[in-house]
Amino acid sequence: MNDFPFLSILTLLPLVGAIVVALVPKAKAELAKTIAFGWSLVVLVLSIVMWIAFNAGGDRFQFRESYAWIPSWDARFTFAADGIALVMLMLIAILFPVVILASWHDVEKSNRSAPIYFSLLLAFEFTMIGVFAAADIFLFYVFFEIMLIPMYFIIGSFGGQRRQYAAVKFFLYSLVGGLFMLAAVIGLWVVGGHTFDWTKLTEAASSIDQNTARWLFLGFFVAFAIKAPFFPFHTWLPDAGGAAPAGAAALLVGVMDKVGTFGILRYCLSLFPEASRWFAPAALVLGVIGIIYAALLAVGQNDLKRLVSYTSIAHFGFIGIGIFAFTTQAGTGSVLYMVNHGLATGLLFIVVGMFVARRGSNLISDFGGAGKLVPVLAGVFFFAGLASLALPGTAPFISEFLVLIGTFTVHPAYAVVATAGIILAAAYVLWMVQRTTQGTLNPALAEVPAMKKDITLREKVVVAPLILLIILLGFYPKPVTDVINPAVEATMSDVGVQDPGPTAVVANERVAR
Amino acid sequence: MEQTVEYASATGALSGIWLLVAIPLASAAILLLLGKRADKWGHWLGVLAVAASFVLGLVFFISLSGLEEGQRSAQQSLWDFIAVGNLHVDFGLLFDPLAGVFVLLITGVGSLIHLYAVGYMEHDPGRRKFFAYFNLFVAAMLLLVLGNNYVMLYFGWEGVGLASYLLISFWTTRPSAATAGKKAFLMNRVGDAGLAIGIFVMFATLGTTQYDEVFGNVSALSSTTVLILGLLLLLGAAGKSGQFPLHAWLPDAMEGPTPVSALIHAATMVTAGVYLIARSNAIFSANTTLQVVVVSVGALTLLMGCIIGAAKDDIKRVLAWSTVSQIGYMFLGVGLGGGAYALAIIHLLAHGFFKANMFLGAGSVMHGMHDQVDIRRFGGLRKYMKFTWLTFGAGWLAIIGIPPLSGYYSKEPIIASAFERGDWTAWLFGWAALLGAGLTAFYMTRLFVLTFHGPERYTEDNKHPHESPFIMTVPLILLGLGSLVAGYLMHTSVADWLVPVFGEHEEHHAVMPHGVINILGIALTVLGAGLAWLLFRKGTALEPQPAGVVVTAARRNLYTDAINEAVFERPGIYLTRALVFLDNKGIDGLVNGIAAGIGGTSGRLRRLQTGFVRSYALSMLTGAVLVVGAFLAIQLGWLA
Repeated sequence: MNDFPFLSILTLLPLVGAIVVALVPKAKAELAKTIAFGWSLVVLVLSIVMWIAFNAGGDRFQFRESYAWIPSWDARFTFAADGIALVMLMLIAILFPVVILASWHDVEKSNRSAPIYFSLLLAFEFTMIGVFAAADIFLFYVFFEIMLIPMYFIIGSFGGQRRQYAAVKFFLYSLVGGLFMLAAVIGLWVVGGHTFDWTKLTEAASSIDQNTARWLFLGFFVAFAIKAPFFPFHTWLPDAGGAAPAGAAALLVGVMDKVGTFGILRYCLSLFPEASRWFAPAALVLGVIGIIYAALLAVGQNDLKRLVSYTSIAHFGFIGIGIFAFTTQAGTGSVLYMVNHGLATGLLFIVVGMFVARRGSNLISDFGGAGKLVPVLAGVFFFAGLASLALPGTAPFISEFLVLIGTFTVHPAYAVVATAGIILAAAYVLWMVQRTTQGTLNPALAEVPAMKKDITLREKVVVAPLILLIILLGFYPKPVTDVINPAVEATMSDVGVQDPGPTAVVANERVAR
Repeated sequence: MEQTVEYASATGALSGIWLLVAIPLASAAILLLLGKRADKWGHWLGVLAVAASFVLGLVFFISLSGLEEGQRSAQQSLWDFIAVGNLHVDFGLLFDPLAGVFVLLITGVGSLIHLYAVGYMEHDPGRRKFFAYFNLFVAAMLLLVLGNNYVMLYFGWEGVGLASYLLISFWTTRPSAATAGKKAFLMNRVGDAGLAIGIFVMFATLGTTQYDEVFGNVSALSSTTVLILGLLLLLGAAGKSGQFPLHAWLPDAMEGPTPVSALIHAATMVTAGVYLIARSNAIFSANTTLQVVVVSVGALTLLMGCIIGAAKDDIKRVLAWSTVSQIGYMFLGVGLGGGAYALAIIHLLAHGFFKANMFLGAGSVMHGMHDQVDIRRFGGLRKYMKFTWLTFGAGWLAIIGIPPLSGYYSKEPIIASAFERGDWTAWLFGWAALLGAGLTAFYMTRLFVLTFHGPERYTEDNKHPHESPFIMTVPLILLGLGSLVAGYLMHTSVADWLVPVFGEHEEHHAVMPHGVINILGIALTVLGAGLAWLLFRKGTALEPQPAGVVVTAARRNLYTDAINEAVFERPGIYLTRALVFLDNKGIDGLVNGIAAGIGGTSGRLRRLQTGFVRSYALSMLTGAVLVVGAFLAIQLGWLA
């Protein structure tokens, strides 16, 4: 089973789908949607098979494939997945069909082409899978850059107000980051023995001069920090998230932003261990600032989609400190956070999209008392909010807890400040819920005909899998943590760090477990 | 105090303890998922689920008492909850004497209140949803007391916070209810953050969060660590239990339906802080400074609650401040340590009966008075509501501690224990507790007399008060009986029962003879009650009257709300607004400015058309080539 070329097929499948859907005439919108949805389900099924075939206790990298590409540079089409990449691929495979179904009527209001929109979504899935499956740095870089293209058109052509501004801003920010990375990639090729192969480069990494390694680290880090985004590189996200169609916004923060944190784990930490340790204090500070700063900004927003975008920036702060704490709990917590955040914030964005589609406005002040009109939808919205504030029983609790407890063992002060973030999270979620769905009914809202319709069957099918997964992983996260754990432990040993033991326990005094 | 803690595995009947949590949880899920289809019978499923948990709880309790005293515990690990590196957290439960009495309280009193709510919520269109949330609460509360480690406790802890939020803001269309729910959740989260950090401290120092492993290794911790750990747990406890300085949410929580106030904000959830400290007795007993802090919080809060409660005119708010005050007594008890741990738990159980009884009585009064809550507009209701009057009367006599009712047996020993402290603080805390007893008698008598006696002062629309239906009075009668005898029945038996948890009680000498304390307590109670009777037997003015400094301060909750607003709320709002401005104009403005500046097209970025992207991309690419070139040059230079 492990010889099956899962990763290359998985990468190419949505590309083929994108081309097929693009060829459907504009008039046959339903056909295009159905093909796109069916195609994404095939990707999902293949991903599930791959998940089952993956041996959590086996090699760090599995399903490795390598094909010739540019021999003179030693750049190859190399694919391989460790546990971290695997869970991200699984998340992608789950989110895309959900988003495609959620976006079913998104294009109808404008006069734009539905086949193009759904083709762009599949093309985006192709770049997303590619970027997580690549094990050749040049291939990774190529995917890192081309993923901008479908998202640029999704925001710029199908977005809401100020979509042009947001799309350009998104594009330029990412391009600047990519520029830094390109410099670092080439630099790495020069000092790393003229190869782009990840495995060979990690072996050569120890011989790189300390100063050079730090500069190269910085090149990668800036690109990833913009992508994630970490404070203070974050200002493109509220604009992009606010302007993108809700489903695409769910993908933007749910999947695409994770490329940044994934990149840090895979490339910064493993290739430049000394530089990672050297930069860690600065990265931790950025993470902690991001948690508090973005949460306070989220409290102050009056635009639902911008608000959710800011909550994501706060969440990325948690992921950031988890990565740079360098403990297995914090590291595994971070990766789990990437998955759970994709589910929870994905759900939140999708539900916000359902509200916005009904009301025709993103503004919280245009709502008020909506729970009276659409009680079930309001309930789902509240649930998504609870997941976002990491209530126990929802998956994000596990990841946030792991990040904080793992960080506390090495950096108690940062962990304590970050824990204050859970109070702010409650504030932005509950205030958002209160202003949107509770209190007296906004008379203007009651007059909107679409607000009389509570959640539809299609919408139920969209939210149900996410709700189920959030609850399931909130009670039993082990299937996912068991996959993530070995990869994180390997990464920590790349960095050259070990978990601290309990400080107060004398071994023989411990009660035997 | 060196302590070895070992819990036996759950066997026999006790292996079913997970059902206690699972049954109400399943019921809540069914009620929520079926939606309107369950409207007709949903409330009965809700009652049945809690009653089933009660019966099971009783079976487990009896099984546990059948074991030898040293073996009375049953631990059950359901599955590996979190296993990462050297962190292992069980999804595990523990049924021991302490958890056992809580299970009986939660499900026993819970069943009666569920039954009562069938009648109370009869005309509410959201009754099914109400029972779903109510069941969810019971499940979370049971998880809280049944967990065998601190993460499980935290799980239930935030779960009851959620249920409390949902039920306080149950009537979500009322802005005040929505705000009160949010306030409760937020203040609780402040405490939760403390509890969470406490758990982190345990893991960092002891490498575990399991009760047995933590308690068995407390002696390995430095006294500073114990102090920090204890203060963090105390912060959590104060948040959940409405103790100073996190007490302000509890009176506002009365926005919820009255059965909620009875079950969650009187009998069970708000006592979770007491449970936390009692459960962590190995930690709290290990540091005397820590104990002084707990005792101080308890003594301060119990007096505050009395003083504010005496100035309120809303029947539920008086009871809410009374709850704050009574939990102050329990904190006093767990802070004193030693034998007083058990005393605090006994008072907690007794309070569960009489306070639930009085809250339900208040609900019955409101039910018969068109939801009137102002005690100035009651009076003489004993004629119209015989059952409510009698049962409320039992609760009233119980809480003020008239022998031989239950409050006498549960509160008096705590007061006596306060006098047993070894130093001058015995006088301080002892007299605080005594004074509190007198004040309690005053404000509770005021409440009772103004409601049920004296002249009728009803508003125009309230001329015909009526008694509540049987489904509401039956729980009242049962809880009323509990108020009469529970204290007497429990005061020695429960203390003995809890010995495996808290250890044997060592006798201390009080600074005053025990008999004197006892007589002083009764004298102050009679004095307070008599004074209130004299002042209010002829009724009271219909509107608030101008008052002196003390009463005005008490009416305004001793300005604690004002302080919260001035120190946290307003600065928070301003900070948020300032940051939103800064982020838009500052950081983002800076970035846009640089981008525009580089392009030499200042101000044009906002009007960008797609056509510009190409030129931008081109200039960026040129830039990229330059940077890469420079980088390569440096690299190759270094390599050479």
